[in-house]
Amino acid sequence: MTECKVNGPARLRVENATLRYDERIISQDLSVAIPDGSFTVIVGPNASGKSTLLRAMARVLAPSAGAVVLDGKALAQYQGKQLARTLGLLPQASIAPDGITVADLVARGRYPHQSLFRQWSCADEEAVEAALATTGTAGLSGRPVDELSGGQRQRVWVAMVLAQQTPILLLDEPTTFLDIAHQIELLDLCQDLNAKGRTVVAVLHDLNHACRYATHIIAMKDGTVVAEGAPKDVVTEKMVENVFGLPCLIIPDPVSDTPLIVPRGRG
Amino acid sequence: MRLDLRSFAVSAILLLLIAVVGAVSLSSGKFSIPPADVLRALLGGGDENIRMVVTEWRLPRLLLACLLGSALGLSGAIFQSLTRNPLGSPDIIGFSAGSYTGALMVILLFSGGYYQTAGGALAGGIVTATCVYLLAYRRGVQGFRLIVIGIGMSAMLGAFNAWMIRQADLPIAMSAAIWGGGSLNGLSFEQVLPVLAMLVFITPILAALSRPLRQLELGDDAATTSGVNATRLRLLLMILGVALTALATAAAGPISFISLAAPQIARRITRTAGVALIPSALMGALLLAVADWVAQHAFGVQLPVGVMTVSIGGFYFLWLLIREARR
Repeated sequence: MTECKVNGPARLRVENATLRYDERIISQDLSVAIPDGSFTVIVGPNASGKSTLLRAMARVLAPSAGAVVLDGKALAQYQGKQLARTLGLLPQASIAPDGITVADLVARGRYPHQSLFRQWSCADEEAVEAALATTGTAGLSGRPVDELSGGQRQRVWVAMVLAQQTPILLLDEPTTFLDIAHQIELLDLCQDLNAKGRTVVAVLHDLNHACRYATHIIAMKDGTVVAEGAPKDVVTEKMVENVFGLPCLIIPDPVSDTPLIVPRGRG
Repeated sequence: MRLDLRSFAVSAILLLLIAVVGAVSLSSGKFSIPPADVLRALLGGGDENIRMVVTEWRLPRLLLACLLGSALGLSGAIFQSLTRNPLGSPDIIGFSAGSYTGALMVILLFSGGYYQTAGGALAGGIVTATCVYLLAYRRGVQGFRLIVIGIGMSAMLGAFNAWMIRQADLPIAMSAAIWGGGSLNGLSFEQVLPVLAMLVFITPILAALSRPLRQLELGDDAATTSGVNATRLRLLLMILGVALTALATAAAGPISFISLAAPQIARRITRTAGVALIPSALMGALLLAVADWVAQHAFGVQLPVGVMTVSIGGFYFLWLLIREARR
């Protein structure tokens, strides 16, 4: 596993942010830094503010106080397309327009690279082809998205975000709706992307996946960061008990030597 | 975007059909004129009487049918895309009823002429749209809520409109009812120019917004992170859509179902995913031109075109409901 760079540089930072939906406050005075080049995984129980944090980092949700900062500048100060060339988000819920083909959908990821006067170009074509190839969906390119299986569809949405060619990728629960083999396949893909130099931030539900793939873990509870760092340093029996309320045993993963959580349950 | 050959071909065929319908409606009427004479008259030659019939009586009406039809088609395409629902068209969600209310108030309270009535219709449509928007607003506007609130609003305004007509004196009520039929009877070049001017103003803006609109179809989150300001874009598109519907209603009275049907038919023929603005506009123009020809000539008496579109629309509506129910 790669060494984590906790103290390294971080282009993307959340600084003393208050995140809320109308009156409902999710996080207050929240500060987080995403190490450059890391595969950061945000974990936590339901309603701990993981997705809210990710949405704030993608500027889908504006902090009511504090700021999310990219390269020293608040996200709010970026132009839409300019930001979209640096940050890409795979949202939890996306809608494919009726009857759209895979190639067409992936091509829409190129929007921030185009303008009224600079429309479809060779670079766009190449980016779409590369994204299709990377996600193994090139063979599906002419098919309508609504006819695909859940796993294929998720990979197509990932391809759309990849076509956006952003150095930072934000993925909101990318493995939901996927069977176990497709979950691992997708996480392997994320790991490859990370190895090629992209910073990947993902919200994951499965702690063992997080331990296996993350170079940096952020554990959240009730809207605050409880622990962060390399999986080996962060994921302890005490932390899991404290954050998830789950008594467990932690053993080394026989495959990757990362922490492996074994729930005690009722024994 | 990559050139979509099918959309291109469909648009070309629609243009051709509009030209054919145009030729037929310019040559037919009480006083039938052979196509060759129609062409000569359009080019400024031929017999003076024929020229008058063609260019001053029949041409403005045809032009208005095409312009208003495309305005309605565009407006429908915008709202169906924003609400992601084939029922989310301005005539269903109350904007036409609101325009009628505005026009009725002007006719009944101030006995206004054509332009005052048109102004009232414009104001009524915009006020209704604002009300529907504000009532549907809860951290942004979602499609389904907009449709449900719009349908409710439409029903209330319909009742109010009927009540207003009942209260009025008979002759005024008659003229209000005639306006409410939606008709291109008696319109001339005087009415073509403001409509044309508005369309020339709105169309380029809409063209510039068509690509962001396609991103918006992916959902707000995906649209936002690809660089679209979803809330602002939606508001802007609604303003344009309302303006287009109000424009048509102001010029000719409420004409239903063009904005409901044109974008859907266009989408099915072009097989594009999501919104197809140009084919929708052309389909709207074609539908209204055909409906107006039928209204004028098919029954021996001149019917208001609104009656025609409602009847055609009724069948379309049934088909749509049956199709959606089977899914």
